[in-house]
Amino acid sequence: MSQKMDFSGYDPGPFHDEMFTPSGAPRPGCRMLYEKIISLPAGEILARQAAAEQALYDMGITFTVYGHEDGTEKIFPFDIVPRVIEAAEWDTLERGLIQRIAALNLFIADVYGKGRIMADGVVPRSVVESSSGYFPECLGLSPPRGIWCHITGTDLVRDEHGRFLVLEDNLRCPSGVSYVLANRRILKRAFPQVFEAIDIRPVDDYPPLLLDMLQFIAPQGNSRPTAALLTPGVFNSAYFEHTFLAQQAGIELVEGRDLVVVDGFVHMRTTKGLKRVDVLYRRVGEDFLDPTVFRPDSLLGVPGIMDVYKAGRVAMANAPGTGVADDKVVYAYVPRMIRYYLGEEPLLDNVETFLCWEDKARRHVLANLDKMVVKAAAESGGYGMLVGPAATPEEREAFAAKIEANPRNYIAQPTVGLSRTPVIVGDHFEGRHVDLRPYVVYGENIRVIPGGLTRVALKKGSLVVNSSQGGGSKDTWVLGGPAA
Amino acid sequence: MLSRVADAIYWMSRYLERAENIARFIDVNWHLTLDAPGAVTEQWTPLVRAMGDWDLFLEKGVSQDRDGVIRFMAFDQASPNSIVSCLSHARDNARTIREIIPTEMWEQINTFYHLARDAARSSKAILDNPYQFCDEVKRRDLTISGIASDAMSHDEAWDFLRLGKLVERADKTSRILDVKYFILLPHPTDVGSNLDYVQWAALLKAISALEAYRRRHGRIQPDRIVEFLLLDHDFPRSVLACLLRAQQCLHAITGTPMGYFGNPAEKRLGHLCGDLAYKGVEEIFASGLHEFTDDLQTRMNLVDEACYATFFSTFPAIDAASQQ
Repeated sequence: MSQKMDFSGYDPGPFHDEMFTPSGAPRPGCRMLYEKIISLPAGEILARQAAAEQALYDMGITFTVYGHEDGTEKIFPFDIVPRVIEAAEWDTLERGLIQRIAALNLFIADVYGKGRIMADGVVPRSVVESSSGYFPECLGLSPPRGIWCHITGTDLVRDEHGRFLVLEDNLRCPSGVSYVLANRRILKRAFPQVFEAIDIRPVDDYPPLLLDMLQFIAPQGNSRPTAALLTPGVFNSAYFEHTFLAQQAGIELVEGRDLVVVDGFVHMRTTKGLKRVDVLYRRVGEDFLDPTVFRPDSLLGVPGIMDVYKAGRVAMANAPGTGVADDKVVYAYVPRMIRYYLGEEPLLDNVETFLCWEDKARRHVLANLDKMVVKAAAESGGYGMLVGPAATPEEREAFAAKIEANPRNYIAQPTVGLSRTPVIVGDHFEGRHVDLRPYVVYGENIRVIPGGLTRVALKKGSLVVNSSQGGGSKDTWVLGGPAA
Repeated sequence: MLSRVADAIYWMSRYLERAENIARFIDVNWHLTLDAPGAVTEQWTPLVRAMGDWDLFLEKGVSQDRDGVIRFMAFDQASPNSIVSCLSHARDNARTIREIIPTEMWEQINTFYHLARDAARSSKAILDNPYQFCDEVKRRDLTISGIASDAMSHDEAWDFLRLGKLVERADKTSRILDVKYFILLPHPTDVGSNLDYVQWAALLKAISALEAYRRRHGRIQPDRIVEFLLLDHDFPRSVLACLLRAQQCLHAITGTPMGYFGNPAEKRLGHLCGDLAYKGVEEIFASGLHEFTDDLQTRMNLVDEACYATFFSTFPAIDAASQQ
């Protein structure tokens, strides 16, 4: 018979713990959850974890394990102990995110418009124009309602003092929101009594919010615009999410080969001939959008779609070109953008960032490589990075050479001791590092989905939470209460 | 609806129906072998012949006994028509139309696939007694049909789903008659014997037709059975009933009134329905039953090809125009 699981041997360590205070008491917002967990009979928490994993498996939220010819499938790792955020904390975060997205949207419009921020010397023109997400093809575009970044998934971390910091902005095609919705469904089955007893803000209105936004940006004059989600296809790693969102929002799921430009409009090929499409929720990168404008070898795209877009006959979310702000060097300038465009102090700080193309900063980075996290400016998903404290001297040396060879491509940040939260490890709980990716939808208003995706580095001591690097996820509960 | 989506629904449905029918084929043969007199060796290869996979079967050098045939038909991932392959294809198609089909349906198809794959890994017990596995496959497909019927809007997607199912079922019912054709009786004089009747009854049972047949015709008579399975208007697995309902789906999709045709699919299917509806079973026997079903299968393939050209192909003319 397995033992009863409690937190008696749990050590929060020198980090901010999401569930416990440094003295080991549960935080106020976690008390109910804590009591529920320790009241469960022996074996029960593991049984609920197993049931949750089986449910995810049956829902088909799986990936094929490479190297297994027989098609063995696994779920993305998931831990049923939720991460809790209290109301007051969330309200600050929410205001900070809205402020940040408003500024970033003005920045992107400016970059492809008058270029004031560069003319005024606040952000160097060379930084903007060397960003891999900068597309000169988009200069002069004016998207419907002036909105460029309709959907954002900002990555936040919490440092040793419990302060939320922005780690990166993902404005191109942020993924993961389907896991937020799926994880919540699973958790309602796992802890129904806790949901009854405390006020947890719902996340289920994401799909209607998405639909409202898409209809808001549709070309005017059509009372029932047709919206579709454009996916690269079934082999894309986020395909589950594409089908899920299309189904939940009640829009068509289309691939490039389903679309064709005829008579100046975008159409879908249907069993009854061609049907006009007014709005595309684009999950295909700019590179692959239109072979006549971007990459000519792309088979995923729709020839001529950019002309239709420029003519205002189809809307796209996110607007082509938004990726300019995903560059990690551009990221470093966001606090300055907030001051420049909004005349406000940032409510959310960046992680301190050294730009390797600045001589002084580079010298500092190279001298302190064993304490830094170095990232390639254009990469995402945990690729192309060096975690200094965890790297061997040889790895650091090799990375130093890369930085010297192409300083524009690297930024460095001091290693943040990310906050931790308990996860089930074998038959007990251990602390693991987490981040948080809230999703922001910019339509008629800027709206933040309460919570977001909590990603957890399941490897002991690891700071890398990306699913491609062995990360898992958790449900995120934002507690209700008086709004700020 | 998107052409690609219509194609995926049609094939998802066909593959599910095919998996169910293969389970029925294995089930009928299993029961036949139980009733065969001791001196008669078990006959399993007729199943493979009836399915039209005989060449592949020979090429792979599979043993021609029960284990070899069941493994080939149920679990061989390299055989495109095995139950596991069908469910894998059905799931692949379902995955691309998750936004069209109800969530419950997707979950059923997903777990159905996993069931068959897990069974393939531990197939020994199933080879010894396939009854439970075949029954489970039938039951699961019936569940999916139930979800489709009660949880999907009966719109265009539903018509394509039905179309795929009915075309596939018509083909398989014609093939199950072939199983009987290929199974040899110990002596020519056994035609009309007790053993012959047992075989016909098992065949009816395999496609859930025995009780319906009894109510309609009473005694087991081979010519009445052939008439029932090919030409009956009401029994939902008879070839004519399937094709008439498929015709309704086709016309619901296009809006063409019955009695007219607006595309090659409607023309070919209408022609075939007309031929069957005005055919007597005596004429079928006169020209040879096997020859008749063979021709039927060829003509149903032509209907399938016409559906592809009419609804699923990617409009080469439009592509050419849009390149300008």
